[in-house]
Amino acid sequence: MAVKILAETLLSIEHITKSFGDNTVLDDLSLAVHKGEVIVVVGPSGCGKSTLLRCINALEPIQAGEIRLDGEIIEPNSKNITELRQKVGMVFQSYDLFPHLSVLDNILLAPCKVQKRAKAEVTAEAMTLLERVGLKDKAKSFPRELSGGQKQRVAIVRALCMHPEMLLFDEVTAALDPEMVREVLDVILQLAAQGRTMLIVTHEMQFARAIADRVIFLDGGKILEDAPPEEFFTNPKTDRARQFLHIFEFEAVKHHEPQEL
Amino acid sequence: MAVLNWEVIWQYLPLYQEAAILTVRLGTAGIALAILIGLICAIVQYFKVPVLRHVVAVYIEISRNTPLLVQLFFLFYGLPKIGIPTNATVCGIAGLAFLGGSYMAEAFRSGLEAIPAIQTESALSLGLSQAQTMRYVILPQAAAVSMPAFMANVIFLLKETSVFSAISLMDLMFTAKDLIGLYYKTTECLFLLVVFYLLILLPVSLLGSLLERRLRHAGFGS
Ligand SMILES: Nc1ncnc2c1ncn2[C@@H]1O[C@H](COP(=O)(O)OP(=O)(O)OP(=O)(O)O)[C@@H](O)[C@H]1O
Ligand SMILES: [Mg+2]
Repeated sequence: MAVKILAETLLSIEHITKSFGDNTVLDDLSLAVHKGEVIVVVGPSGCGKSTLLRCINALEPIQAGEIRLDGEIIEPNSKNITELRQKVGMVFQSYDLFPHLSVLDNILLAPCKVQKRAKAEVTAEAMTLLERVGLKDKAKSFPRELSGGQKQRVAIVRALCMHPEMLLFDEVTAALDPEMVREVLDVILQLAAQGRTMLIVTHEMQFARAIADRVIFLDGGKILEDAPPEEFFTNPKTDRARQFLHIFEFEAVKHHEPQEL
Repeated sequence: MAVLNWEVIWQYLPLYQEAAILTVRLGTAGIALAILIGLICAIVQYFKVPVLRHVVAVYIEISRNTPLLVQLFFLFYGLPKIGIPTNATVCGIAGLAFLGGSYMAEAFRSGLEAIPAIQTESALSLGLSQAQTMRYVILPQAAAVSMPAFMANVIFLLKETSVFSAISLMDLMFTAKDLIGLYYKTTECLFLLVVFYLLILLPVSLLGSLLERRLRHAGFGS
């Protein structure tokens, strides 16, 4: 832990403001992500978690402040934006695999066309990674032939094959049937064990607690809490966070009640 | 088949052949241009290019809401009046392209718009450029979605070529009307007309359903 705190800053977000028309979604928000750090972002629906990740990948322009990766400014009009995006892998909630390409071709597309790497070399790497997530035999399948959990694991492998310095996960298990959530979370846990830098948006609180080095609570466009998971989950400082966690406790209890009907 | 005089049919055959070649030639040229116009318009609309998108919108409305016959008359009789010389062949091709361009644009646009934004975003997030995203991710998917409408347009436009006779292009329709007017062999002339249109259109239809089936097989869905 101490080592991680001393590690150099990989991503620095400084005083960014993002609004859609009159709706200010991120309000003078700052955040530093260090190499090897796993940060989990939580917050109520609509608080801007997805928007934050999308800004980091320059999928959305920001109105003020700046985002730097390795010191270089990330914004949609940056001249080297495609190079910067390669350094940040992103996995979305769903539907982000290319349906007209096989699993393998999904993975190969960017390394071959963007990084101009040799097909044989990338294929070998892709197969190794697919094996590691238990999908080696699906390389020739098309996305429509996979379950939701399998698709998400492929999406993760696709991002990894670009050798990103950082990974962004936006509620990657939210669209999955409960029995598939585990298989995807396990892969992300493996990545954390490898020391990858990750920014994870999730509603899976157990998982957040297990994986996070820091938990960030976002509400009203601001970071209201930034604390180690134990502290955040057992002793949140703000009322908003306490309320938010309370809802989850309630839901956890509800799930355990015997079901009638 | 006592109704048909086969000798007459045999005699007219070469004339119909020539006319069919003209129909196919002008049809192909007009449709090729229509595809080009359609692609440009669809991309302009997809990327919401300022100014141009309004030009495209006006063009599409005009093109879709006027009959080909009127467009042809305008080109054939109107242009020379304002000092632009034309000939029937050029008018035929231009008219078909003008009409078909908007239909093709709509087919391509609906294909492009059917592809969810997340596809573009995940391609961009992998580091693909806009052009690469278009080429490797969006267009292949959009083409598959557009295919049925595209093939329907091709058939529609080939059928529309029958209007060419109105500007005295010697296509199938013109030939049939001409021969009927001269010799009153109505049955034989209409029989040949139907046969030749079928000869042109059936292979296109078959190709269309073949392509559609192939695409559905390789089909992706979600
Ligand atoms: N393209 C857009 N145009 C206009 N408003 C948007 C757009 N995208 C997001 N918003 C608004 O920004 C706010 C934050 O949205 P965002 O998707 O980032 O929330 P979130 O925290 O990810 O929510 P959830 O937990 O439901 O995924 C919402 O109020 C939303 O309505
Ligand atoms: Mg979200």
